Amino acid sequence: MRIVVIATMLVSAVLPAVGQNPPATGKSAAPVDLTGYWVAYITKDWRFRMVTPRKGDYQAVPMTEQARKVADSWDPAADEAAGNQCKAYGAGAIMRAPARFHITWQDDNTLKVESDAGMQTRLFHFNSTAKPAGERTWQGNSTAQWQAGSLKVVTNNVRAGYLRKNGIPYSENAVVTEYFDVAPLPEGGQVLLVTTVVDDPQYLRLPFMVSSDFKKEADGSKWDPTPCTSR
Amino acid sequence: MYFKMSLRRAAPLAAAFLCLLAVCPAHAQMELTGSWAARNHEFLTGDGLPVDFTGIPLNEEGRIRALSYSQSQLEMIERQCQGWPAFYLVQGPFGLKIWSDTDPLKGNVISYTIGAWEDRAPMTIWMDGRPHPSPNALHTRSGFTTGKWEGNTLVAYTTHMKAGFLRKTGAPNSDEATMTTRFYRHDDILTILAVVEDPIYLAEPWISSRSFQLSATPLPPSGPPCVTAYEGSVGPTAPHYLPEKNPFVDEMTTKYGVPRDAAIGKPETLYPEYRKATQPAK
Repeated sequence: MRIVVIATMLVSAVLPAVGQNPPATGKSAAPVDLTGYWVAYITKDWRFRMVTPRKGDYQAVPMTEQARKVADSWDPAADEAAGNQCKAYGAGAIMRAPARFHITWQDDNTLKVESDAGMQTRLFHFNSTAKPAGERTWQGNSTAQWQAGSLKVVTNNVRAGYLRKNGIPYSENAVVTEYFDVAPLPEGGQVLLVTTVVDDPQYLRLPFMVSSDFKKEADGSKWDPTPCTSR
Repeated sequence: MYFKMSLRRAAPLAAAFLCLLAVCPAHAQMELTGSWAARNHEFLTGDGLPVDFTGIPLNEEGRIRALSYSQSQLEMIERQCQGWPAFYLVQGPFGLKIWSDTDPLKGNVISYTIGAWEDRAPMTIWMDGRPHPSPNALHTRSGFTTGKWEGNTLVAYTTHMKAGFLRKTGAPNSDEATMTTRFYRHDDILTILAVVEDPIYLAEPWISSRSFQLSATPLPPSGPPCVTAYEGSVGPTAPHYLPEKNPFVDEMTTKYGVPRDAAIGKPETLYPEYRKATQPAK
């Protein structure tokens, strides 16, 4: 009997406190701190990321036949003329860019990710009902949630873009799913690990799955905004 | 006396209530066992051209050693089945079969094992708190690995690996190299983050990662056996190149436009500013 009484007293003591707490926001519920300056550490796919691959060099991407035809007609001059220099900087590829990223909280439910290369801004919304889809953009609409200690972001409503700078396409119907994790380095510092899955039945036979690594920097002293380039 | 007993019994109840109310975090772990299929959408192995050390921060000694390597060494009978070190988890093209061994009485996991493949030794991750052996203990292909859970992430630490190669093209690792590996499970994706430290051949820790997808089709716990075969005489010495005599050092430049400094693994080439420095002026 006493056990029940004690347990009831404890629950009574805690419940009002829980009830008084404001609803958790993306920021207040964050299990890890993703904010700060992060530099891409290019240990994989170097020749596809740090130099613009030549036309027809599509190694390892599970392209459909239609995608191959599109990529074979890649014309960077035409992209420039059409104002599409940012096709390789969209949500499907931006985290593969040789770039620095600045991550901040725009507000309690919006995480902002800016890149210096291509000067792109991504907004990860934790309250997914915040606004309608609207016009398609390079970075699309991203909904975010914390999942088992990681950040999961799902992005759609994108403009069609390139997975690599040499014109390997993804369509405007592509859905980009990403997972962000932070780990300590053995001798100090931190690593940001981003796992990216691009799902696009039009141009990909399988979901395109890559992971990208970033090192944390102390400040923005190396931040160097540069516009998109198509070459 | 009765009141003391009640308190003792009530304490776990209270703790359970508090946890249910999310006042304290759960002791979380993820299921890692199963078959994880490779999704080779990144070019990892670097075995397309003989001198491809892109993305590996070699120091000067490591670079000299790497450039002396000839893949014709693999024609030598005694080297054909030497296999690759534990880094091959994130460098090789194969999937993973992971299983656990549990204590039959307590039910806790004693170890996880990542199965072997033809040229990759099995890796056992000891979860029972045992210490790493003496630095003078036997070094093996897969080394000695202990692990622990940090939240939902399995963190493993590997020592006692044999000297070998970080990449099949000959980028070396010494027997003093260590590897910290983190296993992240997200839905049906497993991403492994590996940080390799090597005071002999690396200028800075080398970070790499790779993702796998949960497979309903079971992978075998070991690959086909490695069988040696006579592939012709390689002469009286191990195939190699003398300093500055590697004939393939500029092949990535001519074929892919990759600058030589990047092809031979200079550390500064791993950062974005290197791309900017090599872009033609406008």
